[in-house]
Amino acid sequence: MYRSHVLVCGGTGCTSSGSEEIIQALQAEIDKNGLTSEVSVVKTGCHGLCALGPIMIVYPEASFYSMVKVEDIPEIVSEHLLKGRVVTRLLYNETVTEDGMKSLSDTAFYKKQHRIALRNCGVINPENIDEYIGTDGYQALGKVLTEMTPDEVIQVVLDSGLRGRGGAGFPTGRKWQMARNFVQDGGQKYVCCNADEGDPGAFMDRSVLEGDPHVVLEAMTIAGYAIGASQGYIYVRAEYPIAVERLRIAIGQAREYGLLGNNIFGTDFSFDIDLRLGAGAFVCGEETALMTSIEGNRGEPRPRPPFPAVKGLFARPTILNNVETYANIPQIILHGANWFASMGTEKSKGTKVFALGGKINNTGLVEIPMGTTLREVIEEIGGGIPDGKKFKAAQTGGPSGGCIPAEHYDVPIDYDNLLAIGSMMGSGGLIVMDEDNCMVDIAKFFLEFTVDESCGKCTPCRVGTKRMYEMLDKITKGQATLEDLDKLEELCYYIKENALCGLGQTAPNPVLSTLRYFRDEYVAHVVEKRCPAGVCKALLSYTIDADKCKGCTLCARNCPANAITGAVKEPHVIDQSKCIKCGACMEKCRFSAISKK
Amino acid sequence: MSSKNTVPFAGTKAQEEQLLQVISENKEERGALMPILQHAQEIYGYLPIEVQTIIARELDIPLEKVYGVVTFYSQFSLFPKGKYKISVCLGTACYVKGSGDIFNKLSETLAIDSGECTADGKFSLDACRCIGACGLAPVLTVNDDVYGRLTVDDVDGILEKYV
Repeated sequence: MYRSHVLVCGGTGCTSSGSEEIIQALQAEIDKNGLTSEVSVVKTGCHGLCALGPIMIVYPEASFYSMVKVEDIPEIVSEHLLKGRVVTRLLYNETVTEDGMKSLSDTAFYKKQHRIALRNCGVINPENIDEYIGTDGYQALGKVLTEMTPDEVIQVVLDSGLRGRGGAGFPTGRKWQMARNFVQDGGQKYVCCNADEGDPGAFMDRSVLEGDPHVVLEAMTIAGYAIGASQGYIYVRAEYPIAVERLRIAIGQAREYGLLGNNIFGTDFSFDIDLRLGAGAFVCGEETALMTSIEGNRGEPRPRPPFPAVKGLFARPTILNNVETYANIPQIILHGANWFASMGTEKSKGTKVFALGGKINNTGLVEIPMGTTLREVIEEIGGGIPDGKKFKAAQTGGPSGGCIPAEHYDVPIDYDNLLAIGSMMGSGGLIVMDEDNCMVDIAKFFLEFTVDESCGKCTPCRVGTKRMYEMLDKITKGQATLEDLDKLEELCYYIKENALCGLGQTAPNPVLSTLRYFRDEYVAHVVEKRCPAGVCKALLSYTIDADKCKGCTLCARNCPANAITGAVKEPHVIDQSKCIKCGACMEKCRFSAISKK
Repeated sequence: MSSKNTVPFAGTKAQEEQLLQVISENKEERGALMPILQHAQEIYGYLPIEVQTIIARELDIPLEKVYGVVTFYSQFSLFPKGKYKISVCLGTACYVKGSGDIFNKLSETLAIDSGECTADGKFSLDACRCIGACGLAPVLTVNDDVYGRLTVDDVDGILEKYV
């Protein structure tokens, strides 16, 4: 028994800010102080508060150290671990109160969260199956295999109201039922896991895989039992090396424990899982494209119907669910459908994990009950917007989604509400934008992404998105007319109706939603040749305020285009015909005399 | 793509043996082509036509099918990468925090575009889509080193470490 456990986050965010070095230094320091047999260092998955990484929590006190540096380690070990005195100076300031320490779950970031999918992330060592089993892991699988029929399992999932967390929100139980009912020849069926988390800015699936890989294995095995499959595939992005490694370890351990393989729990049910790595194609997050890719082909989508539940991987009945969807399954089995259905809104049950990013103080991962408002997420949990800037919009659903403006700040977040206001749940990326972000530029950014990632199979997407991108480019350069705006809108609807797969059909969404809520910004670009947010370079001009300029010559010396002239101690002037709008002068000026508009 | 400068193929016998080993271990699996290509890229660093030819021959599938798959996925490269592979994240979270400017600065300084390699073979530059370190945005990686919370002014200092 150890008297103290030190949990250090080993997720991608904290690893990127140096948590591996922290762990090494910590272990060395613990050994040096003779505490090896008393203090255990555990590398966990993500705690969610990535903005404050690397993160370290010392139990039993639950002291939350944030932004830990290697230099801090000797002090933490000698003071806290050796002498029992918490190093308050290094704690996350939200947890420090006048009369001591506040529990982490009482901080604004965690208070409104409810962790189901993320329940083990940051709590257990993901590379040790015993720790998963210690938190009720594989109990649901045992219950399913020994006490429930496949139909009962599907009924529980149906009754829970769980909908696909990958974005589209299709009821998970219905998918399973379709695949189960398809008994044609008694041959092979497949269970697939979509871990090809392609939406930029979404990283909840990665965190589950890194922090709690066994939950996905357990849920897939349950799904295999429910539909009558004996083989599963996890298709995971190669961009997630830590997740891939932990999945490999987890699969090895599960096989060793007999939780994957033949005759699981002594029953006649057998199931195994293999990993398949993606190779950087966004379209492979689309279910039919993903299966085509597992088959070893170019990852191009296929027309539906036939649906995968009828004819999927290797032309066999297949179910495909997303990582976060699976992460809910064991808890639903253990606690029952009613427990899950008691959370959330009428048509969206349970919780949803969001990745908060962009212009927000607490970037990181949060899991909130469906129905929480955007205001609560951004202002309370997210800690608001940095530098006192004003909220402009939140982008959800990635390149398939849209922007939610301030007027919908109080809409309860669920699948149907987001669709109604022109966005979508998506996989859960939530990027906050402030007044310095140009919405036309953002729309163009997403279209550039879609053009790049279009697989080229169908013309509306291959050619249409390219034309949309060109129109947006014209707008940001001030070369478009109002007629172009109408054409752009028309093209959007055409692509939506005619593209083959979800990627193409939703590609116009970022444009449509910004046109809907920020049309005035588009018009400003077109008519006034002005970018209100000051982003679109071609429409900017830099000027020097003669009253503020002290004639220090710093700007002139730093201008790469020699566009600034003026005598020493006299106000300087920018020659607009030479200016390349790089902004170097404005950055260098010490008197705030240069402005852009 | 073909306009890019590249170097002649210089695969060794040992690399080929390694590749043949990988192929024979995987060829019976359904959908083996992708995993084999991923291993092959680990062995050679990229997938020149010579390597694709070996894979096509051993799997007994047309070369065009191999080429089709290689060119579909952005992680497969027909060209060698630099000794130091720089990837700038242009995912949404990084983009709204200014990673586009960082990419431009690198492109300008190294005088190469996305997907290209400097003439001395030292640096290659790529734009990547979200490595998931959004809490550190904007982010770039040089091989396995991650640099986060960047500004344009950090670029020169980072490059200097590798010169």
